[in-house]
Amino acid sequence: MELEALKFIGVGLTAFGFMGSAIALGNIFSSAISGIARNPSAEPKLTKYIFIGAGFAESMGLFSLVIALILLFV
Amino acid sequence: MAESHGHSPLEQFTINPLVNLNAGGYSLDITNSSLLMIISAVFAIIFFLGATRQRLIIPGRIQIAAESLYNFVESMLISNTGEGGRKFFPLVFSLFVFVLLCNLFGMMPYSFTATSHIIVTFALAAMLFVVIVIASFMKHGLKFLSIFLPSGAPGWMAPLLIVIELFAYLIRPFSLSIRLAANMTAGHTMLKVIASFVVSLGVLGGWFPLLFLVMLTGFEIFVAILQAYIFTMLACVYLNDAVELAH
Repeated sequence: MELEALKFIGVGLTAFGFMGSAIALGNIFSSAISGIARNPSAEPKLTKYIFIGAGFAESMGLFSLVIALILLFV
Repeated sequence: MAESHGHSPLEQFTINPLVNLNAGGYSLDITNSSLLMIISAVFAIIFFLGATRQRLIIPGRIQIAAESLYNFVESMLISNTGEGGRKFFPLVFSLFVFVLLCNLFGMMPYSFTATSHIIVTFALAAMLFVVIVIASFMKHGLKFLSIFLPSGAPGWMAPLLIVIELFAYLIRPFSLSIRLAANMTAGHTMLKVIASFVVSLGVLGGWFPLLFLVMLTGFEIFVAILQAYIFTMLACVYLNDAVELAH
């Protein structure tokens, strides 16, 4: 196979990296929802940690996007 | 990945020199990236100087805004590092305001996001890392190296654990910088791709991606602020190692 075709296959395979980010976000929000369900008055504190955790989890998925962009354009 | 007839969505990240300056063979061009950084810094200086010009006891609105920003960063720093971290407050506050303004100015139309380039965020993160390492050695001496061996670990695991902890420590500036740059790049790229859908679907079908684009732009503004907050919060967490040994 040509080198160009293999490069694009590699780029497509990096899309699997987002699966980890999706699972992580699901975990974060499920524990946040069960926390709010047990103790509705803790919602402001939990919201702050939801956003911090979501920011971290998204970045892990975006690292795989960086690899895809490097493969495509460098 | 440019189509034969259109533009690539990554074309928005090219750096174009606006004013060509030279100093002894080194180019000091003012590019669109450095112009945005200059605008962010000048805006921050003018805003905070103007807000604290009349130091009223009962503050006006702009003074409230500046003071609440100050309190926000101060509470974040003190809750992470304790009272000994107060001497790092100018660094952390400048980092927060600069990253926040660079991110937000990138959301203006026809503007450029300076923090979407890894070299810019890596410069900030590497400077922070060097400051933390030097401050740690100045404060704790060689005992600083004890953070690589968490207490309570069995003796036979020590060499492996030290190597792992060392790499986890050295990757900090890289992860910090790539997180911010990748979030900005991905956000703006997605905006451009959906905008190309609006154009290609024309007048009849173009309203639907346009609605989605409006919501996505709002979400991008939120991500800009959130990523500035995460960058600063991680800086405070890493500064905690310089102030007091956690392990």
